[in-house]
Amino acid sequence: MSDITLVNLSLIILLLPIFGFTILIFFGKRFPKLYLLETTFLGIAFVLAAIIGFVKLGTLTEHTIIFQFTWIDFGKLPLFGHLKFILGVKIDNLTAIMLLVVTLISFLVHVYSIGYMHGDKRFSRYYAYLGLFSFSMLGIVLTHNLLTLYIFWELVGLSSYLLIGFWFEKKSAADAGKKAFLVNRVGDIGMFLGILILFTNYHTFTYDSIFAAIGAGHLPFNSPAWLTAAGILLFMGAVGKSAQFPLHVWLPDAMEGPTPVSALIHAATMVAAGVYMVARIFPMLTADALLVIALVGGFTSFLAATIAITQNDIKKVLAYSTISQLGYMVMALGVGSYAYGFFHLVTHAWFKALLFLGSGSVIQAMHHEQDIRQMGGLRKKMPITYYTFLVATLAISGVPFFSGFLSKDGLLLGTYAFGSLTGHILIPIFGFTVVVLTAFYMFRLVIITFHGEPRNQEKYDHAKESPKVMTIPLIVLAVLSFFFWYSPNPFSSESGWFISKWIPTPHSVVPENMRFNFMKTAGEAAGHVQNGGEAIVHSPMYMEALHHAHYPAMILSILLAALGIFLAYWIYQWKKVDPDMLADRFNWLYKFSLNKWYFDELYHATFVAGTVGLGKVLAWFDSNIVDGVVNGAAWVTRKVSQFSGAFDHYVVDGLVNFSAFASGFLGLVLKKFQTGKVQTYVVFVVFSVLILLLIFRPF
Amino acid sequence: MNGFPILSVITFLPILGMIIVLSMPKEKNREVKIATLVITILQVILAVILLANFNYSLGGINDPKSFQFVEKFRWIEIPGISWIGTFKVDYYLGVDGLSMAMVLLTAIVTFIATLSSWTINKSVKGYFALFLLLDTAMMGVFVALDFFLFYIFWELMLLPMYFLIGIWGGPRKEYAAIKFFIYTLVGSVLMLLVMIGLYFSAKETLADGSQVYTFNLLALMNPKNYTHTGLLSPLNADNIRLIAYIGLFIGFAIKIPMFPFHTWLPDAHVEAPTPISVILAGVLLKMGTYGILRISYPIFPEITRQLMWYIALFGMINIIYGALVALAQKDFKKLIAYSSVSHMGYVLLGMASLSAVGINGAIFQMFNHGTITAMLFLIVGVVYDRAHTRGIYDFGGLATQMPVYTGVVIVAFFAAIGLPSLSGFISEALVFFGAFAVTTTRTLAIISTLGILLGAAYMLWTLQRIYFGKLNEKWANMKDLDLREIVMFVPLMIIVIYLGIYPSAMLNLLHASVAHLTNFMAQHAQSFLISSL
Repeated sequence: MSDITLVNLSLIILLLPIFGFTILIFFGKRFPKLYLLETTFLGIAFVLAAIIGFVKLGTLTEHTIIFQFTWIDFGKLPLFGHLKFILGVKIDNLTAIMLLVVTLISFLVHVYSIGYMHGDKRFSRYYAYLGLFSFSMLGIVLTHNLLTLYIFWELVGLSSYLLIGFWFEKKSAADAGKKAFLVNRVGDIGMFLGILILFTNYHTFTYDSIFAAIGAGHLPFNSPAWLTAAGILLFMGAVGKSAQFPLHVWLPDAMEGPTPVSALIHAATMVAAGVYMVARIFPMLTADALLVIALVGGFTSFLAATIAITQNDIKKVLAYSTISQLGYMVMALGVGSYAYGFFHLVTHAWFKALLFLGSGSVIQAMHHEQDIRQMGGLRKKMPITYYTFLVATLAISGVPFFSGFLSKDGLLLGTYAFGSLTGHILIPIFGFTVVVLTAFYMFRLVIITFHGEPRNQEKYDHAKESPKVMTIPLIVLAVLSFFFWYSPNPFSSESGWFISKWIPTPHSVVPENMRFNFMKTAGEAAGHVQNGGEAIVHSPMYMEALHHAHYPAMILSILLAALGIFLAYWIYQWKKVDPDMLADRFNWLYKFSLNKWYFDELYHATFVAGTVGLGKVLAWFDSNIVDGVVNGAAWVTRKVSQFSGAFDHYVVDGLVNFSAFASGFLGLVLKKFQTGKVQTYVVFVVFSVLILLLIFRPF
Repeated sequence: MNGFPILSVITFLPILGMIIVLSMPKEKNREVKIATLVITILQVILAVILLANFNYSLGGINDPKSFQFVEKFRWIEIPGISWIGTFKVDYYLGVDGLSMAMVLLTAIVTFIATLSSWTINKSVKGYFALFLLLDTAMMGVFVALDFFLFYIFWELMLLPMYFLIGIWGGPRKEYAAIKFFIYTLVGSVLMLLVMIGLYFSAKETLADGSQVYTFNLLALMNPKNYTHTGLLSPLNADNIRLIAYIGLFIGFAIKIPMFPFHTWLPDAHVEAPTPISVILAGVLLKMGTYGILRISYPIFPEITRQLMWYIALFGMINIIYGALVALAQKDFKKLIAYSSVSHMGYVLLGMASLSAVGINGAIFQMFNHGTITAMLFLIVGVVYDRAHTRGIYDFGGLATQMPVYTGVVIVAFFAAIGLPSLSGFISEALVFFGAFAVTTTRTLAIISTLGILLGAAYMLWTLQRIYFGKLNEKWANMKDLDLREIVMFVPLMIIVIYLGIYPSAMLNLLHASVAHLTNFMAQHAQSFLISSL
């Protein structure tokens, strides 16, 4: 199959969902069955993605396909040269795998929603939004440049906003949507600044051209610090989208959206976009940037896991679990364990989607009850939901024979090697602690929800297994959570095609002195750049550290997972210790965890209240000071004109009137002489002549 | 166009309409409205004809030969006035990419505003006569190439605007109208002074070889035309050119409106009837930034370069300050008014960068702000018509009651937020690309990115307070959009989405002029400076 065929197929995959969106928005109300069209579109998209995956991963493994065209041509400009904004598609192995993941989960969620959203008054609207989301997410996956990445990035933000606030009549849902969008925007500003730095220096947005330029030794503003800054700023986008500390606060609230949406967007695909982006820009990340990324990821995974252990809302537990697992992926990329970071993204997508869809099944059976303290004993009522949920739990806990074990084990190994080579041992400590916590909170969830006796008899009595349209997606996802899809050997991911063949670590383009020692390759010629596809050869030191750590790390992670599971059974199944008693004894810690480390309160008191307060102060300033000056000037003008009015009236006009008065008075006096009698005039004349004679004395 | 005076026709067609409207019997309200609508539709058609015949490769700006659809003849000529010599004013019209974009915008927004004026029932004849007069004045500003003519159109716009706010406005209409009038007049006085100063500083060589003082903008852009003794000559060592520049700039800045000269805007908007707000935000604000680009920049390139940081600073203040003040508003219309202040800040920031990308972004932003803000004010108008209140907290849950309307609102709000795939994104992004690329404005550009966040904050908060949540029972009978309202939104929505996906449609139009302007500025900033040495 030729390259151009694959590109065409990928464009069809991209455009099918948005086509469905357009149709549903305009005709959804009139034709309520149109959702079937959108579902079919996603089904077709999945089939096409499977074809691309098969061709690409089966035969064209080493080959990257790029297709691009000019979107905006600015012509020759001073400062920028001949400037063009180019759009394009890049299909490498990462893309092919992501296409499969996104289309399949999206398709399953479309199917599942037929049952879950049945009877909702905005059913068509819901499917329209799902279509919009699928389009934007596929765009992120397919694009070959940062500008379109940013465009689709914002569009998934929009669809996420619309879907979280889908039941906008509920204030909490509307609030959550707004919060998600705004918190994401904080990260996006960073990402945008990162793009600005790169664009200003390289006048292009395409990954490959940027990497080529860096590889050729052209650093942003000729400074290594700016390269690190660009990496960290771009990563800020991922911090927002993938809900990493300190921007993780939006994801738990996002659970206000319909549960299938949580599965699709807020667990499996969109939140993984951040991880995907970091994987895309991986070649340009310096050691400092990577360290920041590893620390943020590690801390996030720890933070979220400590919160998950005390939550009572089934979706909140899963939400924090998602944050924690995303932290894992980010951490893996940070420590240079590139393939495992991405591998975990894929395995996590299946089992986390499964967990959410399973929880949706439970929630619907319990008549929209989400509090696990109202559940219990559902195992008997909902066997399919229970067993599939259990498979996912085993996978996420890192139990052998399941997918999660393979990806998690490799990832932990990476942190272990990283810790021992660079001395940043905090990172493996986070990594391994989270294993215990994950196994514990997941089994706590399973035991309280499905095992034991029902706590709310009435709701329990009404509960029943969900219809086939919902359980079949669960079964599909459960099957995907077993090991054999990824490696023939349940204990070794390295022998699997995923790690050994499909996901080579890309070549770093960062100058050697800005890389970790273990990521330097011996005798690498500066300026020699290959992007994508070519495996980096880690230093022998690194390989050796990996090799040494292999078995200890694996055994440790299995033991820790077992410990977590055991503790959960000890407390919740066998009830050897009363959890309330524990909560009382460690009250401070318990409260801290239950209240999510008080992040919401903190942010609200500082950023939110600060901004709104500043707005109020400035609004006051605007209408009283700025406008006050204007009105003051008007007042002064009025007063001046009143004064000049008075001056005019009394002085200027006064003078005029006075002169009028004076001349009038004079006239009054003089008219006395105008008698009209000739005799009088003759007398006046005679007198006048006499006076004149007297004055001039001509004699 | 083979000698057909299309620019004169598009400019004075509304005057013809005004005469028709005035000659109609008083009680024929409907006919008056239809006549106005026909005129504005004809204007849109003419604008499209202009666009279709427009040569995208010609730059314009200072080059008389690359202006298009030019009409030029002697309008006033008084020979032999003592030491002045011949006093002459040319009737000089022409368009380049920059003005073409504005002509399009004016035609479209006026058409939409006419549809929105359908609900006017008070002295209909007078309203539409003034409305059409305003239309001529706006068009004239964007096609005039002679400073004197430009000034006349600029002033002409004041009169109808004053009455349209003062008679058809809200409760405090007199205050708002007078404030608008006086504020703009202050700007006009400054402009007039600079115009006279320029007139006596430069001489244009006519075809017969004689040299006369000139208002010709293109002649004023040439440093060689300045006389040695001219007050505003580059040879003048005093800072008089700087002072003149600042005066002229303030004249334009009031119109934008730029902080701290912006407080007339919220009052004018709140009191003005919806269609007048649409015109005010959609077209009139652009006259300020247009004037800066058309007149201040090419006539004072060296001063512009000297002050670019300050222009960017005020751009940044507009962006952040406007957004923060908008956040605190409780009146829907006032909030949108302040959002205009914020969005016009992007125009200033992009212009200040003096880079082609930034200026492209700025002009594109002018166009986009025109269409998007027109939508926003129409949106306010829709609820105000029905509820007679604009308090943000008086509403809630309208989405349940008015789904079509809310769909429009979501498109418009996200366009204002700068969502990619809608037109506002490209222009804002270009502004940032341009302003960040230039060292002088880089820090200010970085700070300004906060506006992206704040913009989303006040918009989404408003969206939530008015449209989401439980429906306020008071509005349980509110009707969704009727056909006329849909017709008024649809063209704007199509433009916003089309330009979001295919921005080249607008950018290609601007490209030659912007490239010409930046090249010209770069060269002449030098020659203006050198000749002053």
